[in-house]
Amino acid sequence: MSEDLTPAPSVATAVPPAGEATAKTAGEVGTARVKRGMAEMLKGGVIMDVVTPEQARIAEDAGAVAVMALERVPADIRAEGGVARMSDPEMVTGIVEAVSIPVMAKARIGHFVEAQVLQALGVDYVDESEVLTPADPHHHIDKWRFTVPFVCGATNLGEALRRIGEGAAMIRSKGEAGTGEVSNAVVHMRTIRGEIGRLAALPGEELFAAAKELRAPYDLVAEVARLGKLPVVLFTAGGIATPADAALMMQLGAEGVFVGSGIFKSGDPARRARAIVEATTMYNDPEVLAKVSRGLGEAMVGINPTELSAADRYADRGW
Amino acid sequence: MTGAPPCAGRPTIGVLALQGDVREHVRALSAAGATGVAVRRAAELRGLDGLVLPGGESTTIGRLLRVFDLLEPLRAAVAGGLPVFGSCAGLILLAADVLDGRPDQPLVGGLDVVVRRNAFGRQSQSFELDVEVAGVPGGPVHAVFIRAPWVEKAGDGVDVLARAGERIVAVRQDHLLATAFHPELTGDTRVHGLFVEMVRELRGAT
Repeated sequence: MSEDLTPAPSVATAVPPAGEATAKTAGEVGTARVKRGMAEMLKGGVIMDVVTPEQARIAEDAGAVAVMALERVPADIRAEGGVARMSDPEMVTGIVEAVSIPVMAKARIGHFVEAQVLQALGVDYVDESEVLTPADPHHHIDKWRFTVPFVCGATNLGEALRRIGEGAAMIRSKGEAGTGEVSNAVVHMRTIRGEIGRLAALPGEELFAAAKELRAPYDLVAEVARLGKLPVVLFTAGGIATPADAALMMQLGAEGVFVGSGIFKSGDPARRARAIVEATTMYNDPEVLAKVSRGLGEAMVGINPTELSAADRYADRGW
Repeated sequence: MTGAPPCAGRPTIGVLALQGDVREHVRALSAAGATGVAVRRAAELRGLDGLVLPGGESTTIGRLLRVFDLLEPLRAAVAGGLPVFGSCAGLILLAADVLDGRPDQPLVGGLDVVVRRNAFGRQSQSFELDVEVAGVPGGPVHAVFIRAPWVEKAGDGVDVLARAGERIVAVRQDHLLATAFHPELTGDTRVHGLFVEMVRELRGAT
């Protein structure tokens, strides 16, 4: 037997309600392995924000590996302001019924009841997302209590490991959602990967102090040092608007891509969606990237994130 | 071993790398005595002793097979006797037909089965279970099922290797092996070992 690729977590996993499969096969649902394993199956793929069943079908037709159902894409949340919450269940259900690929949906940071509702609706992944208005300034959701897996955003390794410690089964860079500007995603991905590289080079006795500095559980710090990677899948998100952006993030070490406003705020969403999917697969082949980047029409206009006020910087939400 | 030189030692087995858990298969193959290599282009199929179609999203992989002109070369390779192992999405891609798929979903085919996509349910019903797999010694395999398909109907030439409850979840037909679960996720490499043995026998014999 070789080394276990998805080791059991150090924190006990709550395994609530028995699903249909359990009744049929006596299998165990909601384990860390099936939660993390689901994200493994999304690797090399693109997850697209959609606000209607029609958009979900366009995303599926383009080859998305999953869709993220939400009421407003981040660019509109920025433009319109107000409190951003979980989507209307009717809208989430409409999207679940419209496509055959996995459906994700966003809950507010710390809003465990929104997450309970999304789990009851049968979504395949919950994004505890800084794009929505945080419901709790101190505590994120205790994600071990759920059968549905969670993805969370992170700007650095310590934040990623705190989320994994709370039960996140997938991590994404936060980037700066709704700007169409990729620099924050780049910084977050370089930071996370760089910190992992430094941990992997440390002698074992220095990992205790590293855990203190990262403000992260020691067991997870030691595991990252041993694996040379996170124990869960690492995607990128927050400002990806072009096929070249997606390929850039893949070359920087992302294992897949979330595209929020970048597709449906552009001139020709279906075509741009296909191009970003193809660029994510062939991220290392500039000739393919040149071909798929041609004639895509208008990209989303975008916002320069350095012009955002502190309150408008979503990446600073959460800890 | 009747093995000819290329396969007598470490066979070279490709892992289709358009989307999905490619790295896990490459590692499992290495642990099982083969050399795993990622494959993205038709030209890279040449010289392979075997191929793995990984877990992932079957509709995405199918579409990319078409976009990057891999569908026909893969069909030809399967028809030509290349040993292929498919897990989950890979099982769907090898199937002759798929239920609950997309109407335009491209399949490689070759395996005389009808599969039902996402048959065990959505992610909240994904599960782990010990299953006995015929041909895999050493006790049951701990199997991970993620939005998994099952084999709804298997042709006469198809050997059923494993069931979860009533449902067929592993099959072999000549040079094709497929599982509804993900042996690449657990660190137990016996199913990959079975495939590597198949590759050695089949390639050694030609």
